[in-house]
Amino acid sequence: MRFRHLLASVAIGFATLATTGAKAVEIEYWQYVFDTRVKAMNQLIAKFQEANPDIKVKQTTFPYADYQTKVAAAILAGQGPDVVQLFYGWTDNFIAGKMIRPLRAEAFPAADIERDFFPIVKAMKRGNDYYGLPTAVRSLALFYNKKAFKDAGLDPNNPPKNLDELVAAAEKTTKRDGSGNIVSAGITLDMAGQDHQWWREVLVRQFGGTPYTDEDTKVTYNDDAGLKALTFYTDLQKKHKVGQVGFMDEGQAAFRAGLAAMTIDGTFRLGSFNTIKGFEWGVTELPANAEGLRSNYASYFANAITTKAEGEKLAAAEKFLAYVSSPEAMKIWLEVVGELPARRAAALTPENTGHPIYGPFLKGLDYAHTTLFKDEAAQRQVAIDMVNRVLINGDDPKASLAKAAQDEQAIIDRAKR
Amino acid sequence: MSAVTHREAAPGGLWSRMSLGQKQVIWAWGFLAVPLAFYAVIRFWPTFQAFYLSVTDWSITRPASFIGLENYKRLFADPLFWQVFRNTFMYLILGTPISLLISFTVAYYLDRVRFMHSFIRALYFLPFLTTAAAMAWVWRWFYQPVPIGVINDMLASFGIPQQPFLRSTTQALPAVLAPAVWAGLGFQIIIFLAGLRAIPVTYYEAARIDGLSEGAILRKITLPLLKPTLVFLVVFSSIGFLRIFDQVYNINTNDPGGPLNSTKPLVLMIYQTAFSSYEMGYAAAQTVVLFLILLVISLVQLRLMRDR
Repeated sequence: MRFRHLLASVAIGFATLATTGAKAVEIEYWQYVFDTRVKAMNQLIAKFQEANPDIKVKQTTFPYADYQTKVAAAILAGQGPDVVQLFYGWTDNFIAGKMIRPLRAEAFPAADIERDFFPIVKAMKRGNDYYGLPTAVRSLALFYNKKAFKDAGLDPNNPPKNLDELVAAAEKTTKRDGSGNIVSAGITLDMAGQDHQWWREVLVRQFGGTPYTDEDTKVTYNDDAGLKALTFYTDLQKKHKVGQVGFMDEGQAAFRAGLAAMTIDGTFRLGSFNTIKGFEWGVTELPANAEGLRSNYASYFANAITTKAEGEKLAAAEKFLAYVSSPEAMKIWLEVVGELPARRAAALTPENTGHPIYGPFLKGLDYAHTTLFKDEAAQRQVAIDMVNRVLINGDDPKASLAKAAQDEQAIIDRAKR
Repeated sequence: MSAVTHREAAPGGLWSRMSLGQKQVIWAWGFLAVPLAFYAVIRFWPTFQAFYLSVTDWSITRPASFIGLENYKRLFADPLFWQVFRNTFMYLILGTPISLLISFTVAYYLDRVRFMHSFIRALYFLPFLTTAAAMAWVWRWFYQPVPIGVINDMLASFGIPQQPFLRSTTQALPAVLAPAVWAGLGFQIIIFLAGLRAIPVTYYEAARIDGLSEGAILRKITLPLLKPTLVFLVVFSSIGFLRIFDQVYNINTNDPGGPLNSTKPLVLMIYQTAFSSYEMGYAAAQTVVLFLILLVISLVQLRLMRDR
């Protein structure tokens, strides 16, 4: 008799376990490995699960290099994430592959998105549908080493405001050895880093041109403005000798090591630069041109719901997306990762705009452009090669610029087919 | 027991009418069937799939449609392909003889060293055990300009102008090749040593009694008898250099295959076409071309070097 009771209670126990197990929906969230982002997302997931005990979120991360491939392969195989992080520049690819679904207008009304978020989220809109929402946005700024400025006799609280001052400060802060080799750069030159964005969306415009027209499907920088922008950039190494492509391997490494006085980089670098112990650094807006015109490049990783999520998983995914794009989530993201909130109200607080570090990045968002890439890696490669042809092969900048424009147009045209 | 003897004794059964040899064949094929089926599914099926993909425009995100030889036409008209083709052959033409020459020389003399022989051999073998990626990152650091690059720091301290290495379109390929050659030495030395040890000592004794010089012994005895080893290593290392990838990719991750595609081998081009631009059909066409190159080179080498 006792045995029967025991058996019955075990059975009841299993039954309750099974039902509670079935009640909790588990959704998967995928993003690439970047220490601070993973940490921030872990905090967000913990908070979200506390508020929604019936939903479990599993975070999966892997290296950036394989990111797109793995996501594509997994979703097409019916596996993979319910909510996925993607670079805004991959949106067309993800939509074409039927990997992500448009956000339901009832859950995410377009009018609300356009009212609350910075206008750059429009890069996630196709037709009337939004395909994802960012937690944070990133813009560029000039990082400078205050110690290097002081050592060179420059005012560490008065960083360069325009391009002429930038070159002058770079010349003063560059250190060379007896044979003329740079041992500490005035400014980093790293097209593979953020300099290609600086060149495209900032310098080209500051010299009077536009990089693209027709929703970024027509390359238009092959003109006088583009040539001046390219010459300005390559002259930093060729004429002024204040930087060198490949110096210390990467621009950010040179700056971290205290061997570059200035570098142009994005908000996402804050987490890494915050650990610098050897010197104090500052941030300022990207230098204006002689007429005071400024420009910037803004970008973001958005969170989208995949076509895999259906039924109750879809509902859970929507809840999770709403949470990670909420003001509360943005605050956490700013504190942990250092990326700027994508909602205007959350970003433009007096505390943030007056912040010595966030301030310049936020100002940059006002006049920032967002390139609609077709194949981000390939288009970046075009810019890298353009500069290399001039710096390594000694090609005429004009010819190199023309070839770059032609190559990039071919990439865009192929993607359109 | 009785049932078994009964069955064996029963006349007319197919199995019992077979000879021992036939039974052995059936058993052999029975066991071989599993790995064969496995091999067909894992190896041949994807290969045929690649041939099929190369005549489509599949791009992961869009369904594939048949486009005939369009991909091959595009490939042969692409200047990048010919550049990459040249690079790939440079890796082969420089890499194979240099690595074989060095490893043979090392093995030839190491064979005579008695003092700490196994230790030295192990030292040579060590790089072969290391991951190519890790190795490439260390060498990448060696090649940096001053103030961190080891080689350039040394040059600078002797007053020699620093070299661009990975930032030069002419120096980059040899610079990338060097660690690849260095890493493969250990393996080749071991194989050469085994080959040298397999030559009967009596031949050498006879030659020395006949008064042959060391050079003549090397030319007339050692090298001819090493031929099987040599054939194996030539084919093996040629295929290795034709498929070079990890060293190139990791030594310059910011601009893989650069600068200006001067170090890009065919495999890296395939990788970028497939996994960066998602042009799977086009990448498959490149793979087929690589496959044909590997096939032809291996067949030619085997034919040239076979025993007549």
